Amino acid sequence: MAEILVAMSGGVDSSVAAAMLVADGHDVTGVTLKLWGGESDSGCCSVSDVEDARRVAQQLGIDHHVFNFGDDFDKHVIAPYVEAYDEGRTPNPCIECNRHIKFDKLLRRADALGFDLIATGHHARIVTDADGFLRVSRGADSAKDQSYVLHMLDQRQLRRLMLPVGDITKERVRELAHELGLRTATKPDSQDVCFIHSDGGRRKFLGDRIPLSPAVIVNRAGQQLGSTDAVQLVTIGQRKGLGLAGNDDRNYVVDIDRRNGVVTVGPESETFDPHTELVDVAWSGTSVDGLLHIQCSAHGSRATGRLEGSRVVWDEPHRRVASGQSVVFYVGDEVVGGATAA
Amino acid sequence: MVHYLDHAATTPVRRAVVEVMTRLMCDGVGNPSGAHRLARDANRILDEARDQMASALGAAPGEIVFTAGGTESDNLAVFGTLEARGGRAVCTAVEHHAILEPVESSGGQVVPVLPTGQIDLDALAEALTPDVSIVSVMLANNETGIVQPLAQVAELVRSQAPNALLHTDAVQAFSWLDVASIGRVADLVSVSAHKFGGPQGVGALVMRAGANVAPRLRGGGQERGRRSGTQNVAGIAGMAVAATETVRDRPAEILRISALRDRLADGIRESIPGVVESGVPSEWSTDEVARPGRGNQPDRRNKTANVCHVCFEGLESEALLFLLERNDVLASAAASCSSGAQEPSHVLAAMGYDRQLAFGSLRLSLGHTSTAADVDAVLNVLPEAVERLRTAELGAGMSDISAAVAVRGSVGG
Repeated sequence: MAEILVAMSGGVDSSVAAAMLVADGHDVTGVTLKLWGGESDSGCCSVSDVEDARRVAQQLGIDHHVFNFGDDFDKHVIAPYVEAYDEGRTPNPCIECNRHIKFDKLLRRADALGFDLIATGHHARIVTDADGFLRVSRGADSAKDQSYVLHMLDQRQLRRLMLPVGDITKERVRELAHELGLRTATKPDSQDVCFIHSDGGRRKFLGDRIPLSPAVIVNRAGQQLGSTDAVQLVTIGQRKGLGLAGNDDRNYVVDIDRRNGVVTVGPESETFDPHTELVDVAWSGTSVDGLLHIQCSAHGSRATGRLEGSRVVWDEPHRRVASGQSVVFYVGDEVVGGATAA
Repeated sequence: MVHYLDHAATTPVRRAVVEVMTRLMCDGVGNPSGAHRLARDANRILDEARDQMASALGAAPGEIVFTAGGTESDNLAVFGTLEARGGRAVCTAVEHHAILEPVESSGGQVVPVLPTGQIDLDALAEALTPDVSIVSVMLANNETGIVQPLAQVAELVRSQAPNALLHTDAVQAFSWLDVASIGRVADLVSVSAHKFGGPQGVGALVMRAGANVAPRLRGGGQERGRRSGTQNVAGIAGMAVAATETVRDRPAEILRISALRDRLADGIRESIPGVVESGVPSEWSTDEVARPGRGNQPDRRNKTANVCHVCFEGLESEALLFLLERNDVLASAAASCSSGAQEPSHVLAAMGYDRQLAFGSLRLSLGHTSTAADVDAVLNVLPEAVERLRTAELGAGMSDISAAVAVRGSVGG
């Protein structure tokens, strides 16, 4: 039996994670992190999410606390998110939240409070590989796999972490929640970035914080096809939402010149690259020379390629990876390293 | 054994209150607006409670309006005055949100406080223009226990905005200050039963004759039309018993509790480096403790007897509260958001506290059930808990923390 602090977001996965730990006889305490004080779809202060987590904790007969990590969230997630868009990169705020908030700040807090372990409701597994290293591995439910957003966890963090729902499917999670009568059993999965409100979207969020600048949209021949008032919101490979004919297969964004305010569109083929440049390459154990499975977005498919220095050479041309996106390397189901697209 | 040091949040209901309320509810309480015998009994109970509250608050019975608590009393005072008289509301930056929200949402003015936590009287004088219709200055602060100079405020209001009503939120003060006397300068006075041993959800507003305030709740015209809705008869009877006992015991309790509080606060300052006690001049530094026969006692004259409010450098109080609870010490940091998260204190911000320091705040508040064992328990567990968190969360050395406090100088003093 261990003393475990389980991060409960108020969603079904972390509810069931807590329930599974209780069922296994652990001494479980729930905590909900208050991260964002602004508007969000879950309501001000996410009071309703906190309430869901608290009520589930009551049903499970465990203590529940709320920690306000708002300042850390502003500093480590919001500010870099805004800065990335301002500088033409496409950030992964969920990864930064995991890196700095859940698996750093919360882990240190758990240490200070005397907990042995922390747990979350992520769909991923922790496995011990042949070298004795702990590795993040894909969850049992490949459609819900979240190993991508946990790829950066190091040995120190993995030793202290439990991911109870990683071994079961999302369907089974909901079944268990129903069987236990948890009020979160039918709660919809969270979809988007938690601090972006669906009414104003990314445009309002960024527009409130940085000046958005206009750009003309041209084709490869230099012919102007349209314009946008916020070049910061345009992403490489994007086709929809530019005010152009959405089904025209020559209207993929192939180049963004923010300085001069020019967005160039072209055929889909131009959005594919034979290789992708990386920065901040990090291996979770020893580096792997051979073939890797590589994933470039949270729910993206995995392509194959190899690492040559700080560049991925793809087996087949790969859709261009937006600068700032995390690029995660797998061997089989196991995370072996990661990097950021340059 | 649980050590409850959160009496400023709510204090245990007095035995006599439980007895009177239980008896009333068991026997059956009529609707005091009715005509039959049970109704007349209820009305008599209300009348007696009104007399007792009037006596406890230094008012005439007809000036007592029963409400559902401090927040309602505060809202009634501000919104009711603005509705009846128009004009503008003025309050201090350290008021409870039950005052701040009404004042700010109605376009009123918030007057700053000095680093001592007391109102900046010069700034108040500037704010007191003829269009001001209500000035709200709390008697004692709910986080720090710092007492406001109400008499001086009243003098300024009378001379510069003679048509304005003066309201004081005495919710935190009633157990520890002679509100019947000090509050006489105010036209409107709020109290809440659960802060002095009565039940939750019951309160009163003193509304002096001539202080015409429009009702917020309209309906059956109860409370002389000033607050409609069937009165909470048992609760009001309980509040009256609690108020009477509080006034009866107050002189002795102030002595007993302030001695406990001083031992608690002095003990914390002696055993833990890097601590700032709010509203207490800081020239009494931890260095002087080392000297035998210290000549310079901390001056807590501007604080209510029951509050020990301190800020620790280099830790976050939500973690500290967790460790204290594990050791059966129940306390609080400051105000809590409805989500249950710790929010940075607007009171400490108004006093000029650094945001990080404010996140390390701890309010230990004593009350009528507090004993020496409660103080001992805190002094036993707090130093180790503080050190553990500072080591774990910051990894900073104690000397660095002390230095940071020293550099910060007279914050809180």
